[in-house]
Amino acid sequence: MNDSVIHDLRNHQPRFRGLEAGHRACQGCGEALAARLVTESAGPDVMVANATGCLEVFTTPWPESAWRMPWAHSVFGNAAALAAGMEAALKRQGKSTKVLAFAGDGGTFDIGFQALSGMMERGHNVLFVCYDNEAYMNTGVQRSGSTPHAASTTTSPPGKARMGKRHLKKDILSIIAAHHIPYAATASVAYPSDLRKKVRRAMAVEGPTFLQVHTPCPLGWGHDSGLTVEVARLAVQTGLFPLIEMERGGVAGVMPIREIRPVTAYLKAQNRFRHLFADEARAREELEHLQALADHNIEVYGLRGEHVDRYDTEGADTLHRGGARWA
Amino acid sequence: MALALEGSQAMARAVALCRPQVVAAYPITPQTHIVEGIAKLVADGRLDCEMVSVESEHSAATVALGAALAGSRAYTASSSQGILLMSEVIFNIAGLRVPLVMTCANRALGAPLSIWNDQQDSMAVRDAGWIQIYCATNQEAVDTTIQAFRIAERCELPVMVCVDGFTLTHTLEGLEMPTQEQVDTYLPAYRYARALDPAAPISVGMLVTPEHFSEVRHAHHQAVLRALPEIEAADADYAALTGRAAGGLLEVRGDASARIGILAIGSVLGTLEDAMLSQPDLPRTRLIKLRSFRPFPAEALRRACEGLDHLIILERAISPGAGAILGPEVVMALVDGGTLPKVHDVAAGLGGRDMRIDLYRRLLALTESDPKPFHVIDARLEQLPEEDR
Repeated sequence: MNDSVIHDLRNHQPRFRGLEAGHRACQGCGEALAARLVTESAGPDVMVANATGCLEVFTTPWPESAWRMPWAHSVFGNAAALAAGMEAALKRQGKSTKVLAFAGDGGTFDIGFQALSGMMERGHNVLFVCYDNEAYMNTGVQRSGSTPHAASTTTSPPGKARMGKRHLKKDILSIIAAHHIPYAATASVAYPSDLRKKVRRAMAVEGPTFLQVHTPCPLGWGHDSGLTVEVARLAVQTGLFPLIEMERGGVAGVMPIREIRPVTAYLKAQNRFRHLFADEARAREELEHLQALADHNIEVYGLRGEHVDRYDTEGADTLHRGGARWA
Repeated sequence: MALALEGSQAMARAVALCRPQVVAAYPITPQTHIVEGIAKLVADGRLDCEMVSVESEHSAATVALGAALAGSRAYTASSSQGILLMSEVIFNIAGLRVPLVMTCANRALGAPLSIWNDQQDSMAVRDAGWIQIYCATNQEAVDTTIQAFRIAERCELPVMVCVDGFTLTHTLEGLEMPTQEQVDTYLPAYRYARALDPAAPISVGMLVTPEHFSEVRHAHHQAVLRALPEIEAADADYAALTGRAAGGLLEVRGDASARIGILAIGSVLGTLEDAMLSQPDLPRTRLIKLRSFRPFPAEALRRACEGLDHLIILERAISPGAGAILGPEVVMALVDGGTLPKVHDVAAGLGGRDMRIDLYRRLLALTESDPKPFHVIDARLEQLPEEDR
């Protein structure tokens, strides 16, 4: 069977599309890609509560909508509460429709955090998906609680007195895990089959579940639109964005990295870290700092794969087979 | 048979009679007894609904919104700071034209902190696009709560039932509860036309550009105005069923032919009426109880004020730097009618300042001179430094 036949077969495979083409996302938008993958695996018997943000704006400029699933947007900070209300109603009506909550990192880590914590504490049967592009992209790339340390954003610019964001990226998964919910995981647009698997797993759970999907933003991160998947993969391969699963607060699975890459491979691909490659001591210090953060993740979660296996289907290096540029 | 019930317990029972499927609330004085009452009804198996005890008022309003969007009858209650915290969602619910009911146990806003009654909280969200109905008694609160669901569902708009904190919520009153059969007849099961459904997916809460926004806002204004006849009809039909009306858009009490009118909203009307009846040496007045504040019943108000020489407006909230909130709206309605009595506009009872029988005499005294600028009639100015008087 040649490649074009496989391609045609794939296109004719019946597949639910919750998010249609034709929306207004930027080229190479990681969030749009992730939302398509999530809704494909989750739908069609779902209902979506969407926080304010890029995803909401680029999918629903009235009178057009890219959604083929019941979808509602209220305000920025209340996606989890909106989902909780939907879930309470559906439960009372005796319906099995699963409720999804979609939010960016701002709507998860920051302004939406209280509602999210409350929703999980109350045990609503809701899958909360955080599309994590590590800053307020919809308003023009301002720093959020999810922005990585030392990254440049419009409100954490580097300068004589600063080297980008001064603070650490909030460890949201640990905070979520501390709610002892049945299932919480990180995923990445670079690993679509892993992402799909995690969505299906979360969908099968009765109770609150959480998925944090790493979704590069070419505009905000400053990389070529064609490199979204490669950049996302490097975040995983360096250990800066570990792919892990947690059940009831304990680590239940990790994606091993067989061939760990230095953080500079990830950082140099993005303009938001460009200031770290200046020939000065404080830049080198921040690079060391970021490498230490990656090393810490690798140790704490035991991400180190035992040996190099490029054909490993469960490891972070699997997609080398696709002939990716950064392999 | 009349029952002696605390206002909040009566309101909780009224809510239960409406068979809400989802109730969401966050505790705040003086709203607490209402949601405690509902929680107890649920716990005792007397009300079959999802009671969601949320982590903030922002989420209380949002959970009610989500439930209504998913096709359930939803209810929430709040007060004061809670109303402000959820104000973002209050505007959002109205803009989305989602029918649900909220009780606002009226309380002052801080700073300074005050848990006591005035109406600054609901006035702060008067422009949100909700229907706002104010109750003068707990009987009205019970009847209005039931009517509110019907009005909300027929108009596809949220309804805020405003009841004076403590004065109503924590006060025992002899009142009649309608039967479950009566309420079931009055308020049949409801299907929200735009309820979310995976079988027929729609998108709600979209981005609207300047190309369409003005039309949306204008349409919202018209929709709230169209609630005027629905509020009257809801009260008339309720009266036909139970023998009790709650006062339509507004109610004129006292002496309908009097040349002095007092216009107020909420429970202070009871005080004023008592004052009038218990002090026959004082002139009788036309007491105008404004029940529907949003939509503002301009036409009914013009009729109610016909032939008045003096109109005293008693406010329960103020707009610092401007003064009156209610007054300018009343005057605008009367100016449109061509005749304008002398308008005396004052506030009283802010932050729980007790409004006693002698308030009536003080209000009447205003008519003995030309109208003065808006002022807080029961403020003890001698306690203030010179420049603040």
